[in-house]
Amino acid sequence: MNSNGTSLWPELWSALGETLQMAVAALAIGGLAGLLLGIALYVTRKGSILANRPVFFVLNVLVNIVRPIPFIIFITAVRPLTQSLTGASYGVEAAIPALAIMATFATSRIVEQNLVALDPGVIEAARAMGAGPLRIIATVIVPETLGPLILGFTFLFVGIVDMTAVAGAIGAGGLGDFAIVYGYQRFNDVVTWTAVAVIVVMVQLAQFLGNFLARRVLRR
Amino acid sequence: MTAMVSLRDVSKVFDGSSGPVRAVDGVTLDIERGDVFGVIGYSGAGKSTLVRLINALETPTSGQVVVDGTELTGLRERGLRPARAGIGFIFQQFNLLRSRTVAANIAYPLRVARWPRAKRQARVAELLEFVGLSDKAKQYPDQLSGGQKQRVGIARALATSPALLLADEATSALDPETTKDVLDLLRRINRELGITIVVITHEMSVVSYLCNRVAVMEHGKVVEHGDVYEVFARPEAEVTRRFIGAALHDRPRPDVVARLRERHPGRLVTVAVREVPGEPGVQITERLAAHGVAGSVVFGGITEVGSRPLGSLTFALTGPEAAVDALLADLRAHTEVVDHTAEEVPA
Repeated sequence: MNSNGTSLWPELWSALGETLQMAVAALAIGGLAGLLLGIALYVTRKGSILANRPVFFVLNVLVNIVRPIPFIIFITAVRPLTQSLTGASYGVEAAIPALAIMATFATSRIVEQNLVALDPGVIEAARAMGAGPLRIIATVIVPETLGPLILGFTFLFVGIVDMTAVAGAIGAGGLGDFAIVYGYQRFNDVVTWTAVAVIVVMVQLAQFLGNFLARRVLRR
Repeated sequence: MTAMVSLRDVSKVFDGSSGPVRAVDGVTLDIERGDVFGVIGYSGAGKSTLVRLINALETPTSGQVVVDGTELTGLRERGLRPARAGIGFIFQQFNLLRSRTVAANIAYPLRVARWPRAKRQARVAELLEFVGLSDKAKQYPDQLSGGQKQRVGIARALATSPALLLADEATSALDPETTKDVLDLLRRINRELGITIVVITHEMSVVSYLCNRVAVMEHGKVVEHGDVYEVFARPEAEVTRRFIGAALHDRPRPDVVARLRERHPGRLVTVAVREVPGEPGVQITERLAAHGVAGSVVFGGITEVGSRPLGSLTFALTGPEAAVDALLADLRAHTEVVDHTAEEVPA
């Protein structure tokens, strides 16, 4: 894999490192924030343990506003915020806040969907035993839905990798950037497809790990 | 001693999609200490809401709920939690935590009550022993049968040694054999541990097997209540009769009466069989002989309610008209008699 006589392998490995850095950071920050936001959506909805119409309404509308924004527009729109947060407007660091915010909102819906599927009977049982809302969240809601949540986070990781490619397109580096700069723009299909293959392998590994963990948690 | 549960004019109104729904409507009821109290009603009668008012999972729209001397009405959510923790609750669908082992499920209420680890483990072992599941401690609920799951549910409900145990259709998801095991376990809990039990059910057999007192609910109201045998031997409400009929199949429906009439000569009469304290049993066969009336049993059913027989038998009576009349008058002095001949023949 060469371009103008020089090997691109070192470039590829550093691009992979950048992608992983972005994806893992976005998954860690966005995953945690999204988990909390998703739980907040679930517990404030009608009939739930902390049912609160105004709070649910605001959160729900907020998520609905942010989520449909195409990421390529979102990342440019939040650039001033990124700059004040990280001091950088280009590169991996600059991409992470935008990725994390988008991941937060995407995660919140996935979390909410998985929690809604939880049998309300077990929550009622915990209430009947005198457990308060925070305890119910920590000891019933999250542990009982952990298997599907892990699968949800795995799904999300794939989505985040996709987003990092978009971030790459506007200068964040990573595999997407690598494929565009060295492959697409120089009409070098080998480079493009090598980058794609690396992404596929990475996603496969993530999916295997997610499935494995979910199976462990679900004991089946 | 005050009553274990005292409900005073309790109502619960929900906002339904088509206006407010009075799920519980002006219920006044006392459940005494040591009772196994049955609440029977068809689905939608309000019995599940009633039991959730007793352990404060629901707060009443109006009225007063007092459990074990503590007035629950007026307490805030935070104040209700210790009250709930002191009342055991078992569910139709068991509601066990699938992510936790049997032992961890039973330990859950003890964790909520902040028991230290060593005490928790000892208590869990004791409870597993009591419900006969010591060998299943490390298994997960998904690995258990329905009856075993309910035993775990019961052990969990007993963990904090409550004075009151509420069972919401606890046997409705179980087969008849397992149902009997679970009912026997509940009976043991009442007798050996002295725990007052409230059983919500739509099955008369559960009430007649287990309970000493019963309240019959319909449309959110308690339509009659009292000693189980008294209520079932002399039902006043139509809904109570329906429960008895559904459980005993002892009284012939009109179409059955029509067929019996075709098949049997003589007068068809249904005689209630019941045992009232202080009264000798109705010696039906002796009375038939005394009046010179021949009778054959053509329909009927008798079951035991609180160890006393209850049901009815339908006879085809043949003999002189006057003798049969005298016999019926004699029987009527002691029990309820329905003379099917007097009814109009359905077209």
